[in-house]
Amino acid sequence: MQGRGRIAMYVELKNINKTFDGFLASNDVNFGVEAGHLAALLGPSGSGKTTILRMIAGLDAPDSGDIFINGERVNDLAGSKRGIGFVFQNYALFRYMTVADNIAFGLKVKKQKKAQIKEKVDELLELISMKDLGKRYPHQLSGGQRQRVAFARALAPDPKLLLLDEPFAAIDAKVRRELRSWLKEMIGRVSVTSIFVTHDQEEAMEVSDTIIITNQGCVEQIGTPEEICFHPQTDFVADFIDAARFEAMMTIR
Amino acid sequence: MSKKRDYREYTKGDGIESIQKVVRPPADSSSKIVKYSLIAVAALFLFVMLVLPLFVVLVNALRDGFAAFCDAVFDEYTVKALKLTLSATVCSVAVNTVFGVFASYLLSKFYFRGRQLLAALIDLPFSISPVIAGLIFILTFGNVGWMGDFLKEHGIKIVFAVPGVLLATIFVTFPFVFRELFPVMNAQGRDEEEAAALMGAGGLTVFFRITFPHIKWALLYGVILCSARAMGEFGAVSVISGHLRGKTNTLPLHVEILYNEFNTTAAFAVSSILVFLAVLVLIARTFAEAKCRGGEE
Repeated sequence: MQGRGRIAMYVELKNINKTFDGFLASNDVNFGVEAGHLAALLGPSGSGKTTILRMIAGLDAPDSGDIFINGERVNDLAGSKRGIGFVFQNYALFRYMTVADNIAFGLKVKKQKKAQIKEKVDELLELISMKDLGKRYPHQLSGGQRQRVAFARALAPDPKLLLLDEPFAAIDAKVRRELRSWLKEMIGRVSVTSIFVTHDQEEAMEVSDTIIITNQGCVEQIGTPEEICFHPQTDFVADFIDAARFEAMMTIR
Repeated sequence: MSKKRDYREYTKGDGIESIQKVVRPPADSSSKIVKYSLIAVAALFLFVMLVLPLFVVLVNALRDGFAAFCDAVFDEYTVKALKLTLSATVCSVAVNTVFGVFASYLLSKFYFRGRQLLAALIDLPFSISPVIAGLIFILTFGNVGWMGDFLKEHGIKIVFAVPGVLLATIFVTFPFVFRELFPVMNAQGRDEEEAAALMGAGGLTVFFRITFPHIKWALLYGVILCSARAMGEFGAVSVISGHLRGKTNTLPLHVEILYNEFNTTAAFAVSSILVFLAVLVLIARTFAEAKCRGGEE
């Protein structure tokens, strides 16, 4: 990671510490994500990955350390001004609004013109192949559809950085695989820097360009899936990653 | 819209349909006997305890003819009492709605030390006898009371005056809105609000677009329960009002005075106003309750 220079880093965390009621959620966390990359925060549950994501989004504030987005220190900047889109674990769709209104919300609060909003909403509905479902309410959708709406809603205000908290956790295994490749394709198409949280190593291996492995509030290793798989730097990573399972997958890539 | 569908799903799980499922299957005669005798007991009990007394109120109110009924209802003091009752109701609903929304927002969306204690304190009026509630205010704000000298100096009269009636009514109806709102807000969680805030929505937009649609029927239900209690409040108001006719008398107090003066017809006629208000509340309540459940997913 060090060899790549830090100019290209779109998001950078430096010496981040965070405790919740005496529980150390982040312990001197340092990492960066390059512009245009899709990074995975991978680790067992309780390892502090969601906390990291929430701090980047401004939903939680670190006790110490600096967060940079696009070279600017954003610690004191409100989450809404950081140019991010956030997909919540359970999607947090506005249940009293239609799909179209959900997607339009971020544009409406930014007081964009009606015609402009409609155009953008139609475009996004098209992108997630839900053109005819704009008038539905979230509870009338399947899990996969909800996730796509959450994705479209996060993308509507044209964020420079997309944060996804366990985006596939609430979806059954069958659909998950499908959605995974769909999401990767979408993120590639809109070319937005993305960070997603997962506890599923297969998911991280398959989808991401960079993997950040967390354990007990610390970052254990940062690297490409291949690096993580073949050159684990700590005992924990070697233990955590089931290399044999991914060897075939990696060689195909 | 979609809400109707939800409601049906809801009743399928917990409502009357599932009750029928349990009761119906064994069709032998003994269970039928059990069923009908239970219905009979329930109906008889309701008739004796509720329907008959209400009927008696109306019959007695009209015993001396419609003109006498009107005289009692449109009597100067009755109208004043009705006005005071309604303004006490409006006042306590307004105060407790604002307080209830704030308190349940605070307790459901934030975690801090003393949360439990605060919730318990809000419930206190439920467990304190209204008479004692009235006495508390006399001991605090009365002439010999704790704040008596201060109030006298500034010419503020609370006890045996309208402000005391309002205070007492607010006190006894304090927890109603909070009690209805808190579980609903708690179940909503913070995610939707955080999502909206991240998109740049301000606090008020988040509240009115995200939080409020979720709680509106529960809020209405709480307001209705609060109104019902405020209109009927007797104990606390009785202690603090001083029973000044035309000044601090609410409808329930007025009924008691008329009754004690052996003016039975007038007492029942005035009571019938309260019965009428109660029926209105009941209708509103049924409506709000259905909506409240329909809104749940």
